Amino acid sequence: MPKLSSRPPCVIELPPEPRAVSDNRRPRWVHRLAQEAGLFLAATMLGIAVILYCVVFLIAQRHLPGGFELTSTVNSTLPLVLAAVAQTLVVLTRGIDLSVGGVIDLTNGLAAITLDGSAWGHAGQPGTGSIGTMILGSLLVLAVGGVCGLINGLLVTLGRLQPILVTLATLSIFQGIAIRVLPQPGGAVPQGYTNLLANPNWPTSVLWLVALAVMWWMFRRTRFGVGVYAIGNDAAGAAAIGVPVASVRILAYVLGGVCSGAAGLFLAATATAGDATAGNTYTLTSIVAAVLGGVSLFGGRGSGIGAIFGAFVSSMIVNILFFAHIDPLYQSFYEGVFLIAAVVLVGGIGHLLRRRY
Amino acid sequence: MAELDGVQAEPAIEGRGLSRSYGGVHALNDASMSAVAGEVHALVGENGAGKSTLIKILGGRTRADTGTVSVGGREVKFAGPDAAHRLGVWTVFQELTLLPWMSVAENLMIGREPRSRLGLIDRRGMERRAEDTLAALGAEHIDPLALVEDIPLSQRQTVEIVRAISYEPDILFLDEPTSSLVEREVVWLFGQIRRLRDRGTALVFTSHRWNEIRDIADRITVFRSGRNVGTFKELPEDDAVTLMTGRRLEALYPQRPPPPPAVPALALKSYNARGVRDVSLELRKGEILGLGGLAGHGHRELFFSLFGAEKMIAGTVEVGGKAVRIRNPREAMRHGIALVPEDRKTEGLLLAMSVRDNATLAVLRRLARFSILRHVRERQLAQGLIDRLRVRTPGLSNPVGALSGGNQQKVLLGRWLLAEPNIFLLYDVTRGVDVATKHEIYELIMRLAKEGRAIMLYSSDAEELAHLSHRVLVMREGRIAAELSGAELDAEIIVSAAVRDRIAT
Ligand SMILES: Nc1ncnc2c1ncn2[C@@H]1O[C@H](COP(=O)(O)OP(=O)(O)OP(=O)(O)O)[C@@H](O)[C@H]1O
Ligand SMILES: [Mg+2]
Repeated sequence: MPKLSSRPPCVIELPPEPRAVSDNRRPRWVHRLAQEAGLFLAATMLGIAVILYCVVFLIAQRHLPGGFELTSTVNSTLPLVLAAVAQTLVVLTRGIDLSVGGVIDLTNGLAAITLDGSAWGHAGQPGTGSIGTMILGSLLVLAVGGVCGLINGLLVTLGRLQPILVTLATLSIFQGIAIRVLPQPGGAVPQGYTNLLANPNWPTSVLWLVALAVMWWMFRRTRFGVGVYAIGNDAAGAAAIGVPVASVRILAYVLGGVCSGAAGLFLAATATAGDATAGNTYTLTSIVAAVLGGVSLFGGRGSGIGAIFGAFVSSMIVNILFFAHIDPLYQSFYEGVFLIAAVVLVGGIGHLLRRRY
Repeated sequence: MAELDGVQAEPAIEGRGLSRSYGGVHALNDASMSAVAGEVHALVGENGAGKSTLIKILGGRTRADTGTVSVGGREVKFAGPDAAHRLGVWTVFQELTLLPWMSVAENLMIGREPRSRLGLIDRRGMERRAEDTLAALGAEHIDPLALVEDIPLSQRQTVEIVRAISYEPDILFLDEPTSSLVEREVVWLFGQIRRLRDRGTALVFTSHRWNEIRDIADRITVFRSGRNVGTFKELPEDDAVTLMTGRRLEALYPQRPPPPPAVPALALKSYNARGVRDVSLELRKGEILGLGGLAGHGHRELFFSLFGAEKMIAGTVEVGGKAVRIRNPREAMRHGIALVPEDRKTEGLLLAMSVRDNATLAVLRRLARFSILRHVRERQLAQGLIDRLRVRTPGLSNPVGALSGGNQQKVLLGRWLLAEPNIFLLYDVTRGVDVATKHEIYELIMRLAKEGRAIMLYSSDAEELAHLSHRVLVMREGRIAAELSGAELDAEIIVSAAVRDRIAT
């Protein structure tokens, strides 16, 4: 064995750090931009989409869209917004929730028969429920959404099953139950309820939207919120630093279920009636909206605010195609093209903002 | 060698009769170990001896199949790392646990974020506190706002260490903490270790670098094949190697072949890349050319850009006398250039794939011609490699991710050996590799040189450079600052050439 020098070879007075790292620190906003690249991009995309929409609207209608268009767009997009936030909660944990559509079916059907009290034999005209039945019905619907999420969460966490398989199966199950709850489209949502959630004449829905964004902002600043991001980043790493991975994951599914339930409520309020198949499309559109909003399907990156933007981008695309007189048959084709372009952009810009070592 | 029997002080943490197996592999086999307050206890052993497994059990990350753990004399059953944290037991695991897409501040403060009046996390306050924590522990060069994914590996390791230390633990496990630190940070870490020891922390750490162990350890426990073979106060390296491997190693560094004739294999003229400035050098066939210097002075960029994994900016590259352009690793491989990097987790291995697939990845195209015989041949090649490098794996079809850190490194090195390139760029390949395997890797390098292959070698261990190289080029701030050969091939000369501002050449 060769004799090793008596001191470790490196403990010689070292010169100052070659790259004075603290001098070239980047300002906070650059870091934020790098971390939330998807969110900023979604906001930009939404801006562009709104301008495009105004242009095609102006050409088609000879005037600019006004308060009515704003209200009706927000009213009709809110269910998708809620579904996208529900999807985001699960996707952030590196999961995916295919049952979103099924939960909306079920809660939408339930809303149609509980809000006016007809489910428990409330006497009187259909569609004229009291304040009591509306509150009770809403809470019941949200709770059912939460239970659906709980089932998903328990199967994924305790059953150690793949989220995609679990939620594919529960999607069918929830759809099946929804049909039992409301075999035919119908029921009636009290006018007062519609006025509160999705008033066609007053922008109440904008208030709900703001409330949702504020709730997300708060969620991100709770231990639970940090935990959701942490397990999406690296579940083993999160566990090693003491994040209760199993309960955080279950809770994320539960909260997602509640959001899907809220989507069912808003859908019923806008339609003023229920339909146990009206939610089916939301499984895919919620994923599209989340991705457009910069949420990474690999988990851990993205935000609910971005998903809200994403939902509006996709509904703007539909509006633009409508006013541009694009054959409805090509609609999904264009939606797909936009989606791919958005994903490429998010990836590319994120890459550019990265500091390279 | 003085073996200790009966420690006077009550152990702060103790594992008794611990066993743990994975499938058929006994990672730990009736192992025991204890650490007392105010000592630095080194855990040494070959790759796969079970050091990390023991630390994971004592740190609450894994359960033992049998055996008991006690903290402060009380038997405990850890439900998870946080249960250990509550008893003041913190661990820096061998594989890092930082969350990549979150900021340094979030990673440091997770679980103890400052709250605003509303009970919500105060992000600004969190960032300030992270900044203070980094500064208080002497790591103020790390930007608390940066995403973990965007900071270099050595800083990530530092953050991980800072996080554990900032809890002022009573018991601290450090599993190969120095393997991805640069020199300056090792000095920093040892300062922190001494400070913690003096305030009564029990520290357990593992390393494959003997000079570190000799420098800092108060006691040394040797592991072999999943059990401890003794705890010592003083242990010469030779004896440690014998205990770890079960055989005597004649000399760590084999005889180097005589300097080859000047037939160039690779020549660089005014070569520039990001962080590399005007480098001109010639690498001969059969030569082992060492590159020395402090980390962060352009070696990494030189190696990675030569391999086409980073952009080259200006200059010429000649392979075998012909000017070439290398734009990506595939072109580099076509010109017979191979790069073995040091960070196996992110830069090479497909952790979920089998040992065999990982080993034969670089030669798959060549194998494909044998169609039917291919599988047989693939097995043979992989098996030969496993035997030659003494990779400890239960079988060829086990996923690489389940091997111990050092054994993963051997598989990565082996992959390139199979590809038989003419020019090897070896970037700190012996990091985290045990002594016996180091010796084998050295012999392999010598053999490759004798076969006429050209080898460019960077190592963070100056001792290694001095003993293996025919010539050593010392880099400083991206330039070649000195060329050493003959009697100048000495670790101390290399290091002082690396730190001196101006070298009179
Ligand atoms: N999760 C796992 N699955 C399968 N086998 C494992 C797992 N973890 C460890 N092993 C096996 O247990 C043995 C001991 O591994 P361990 O990581 O404890 O070694 P080590 O002493 O830390 O080695 P090194 O110095 O290379 O880090 C190895 O043979 C390894 O292959
Ligand atoms: Mg280990």
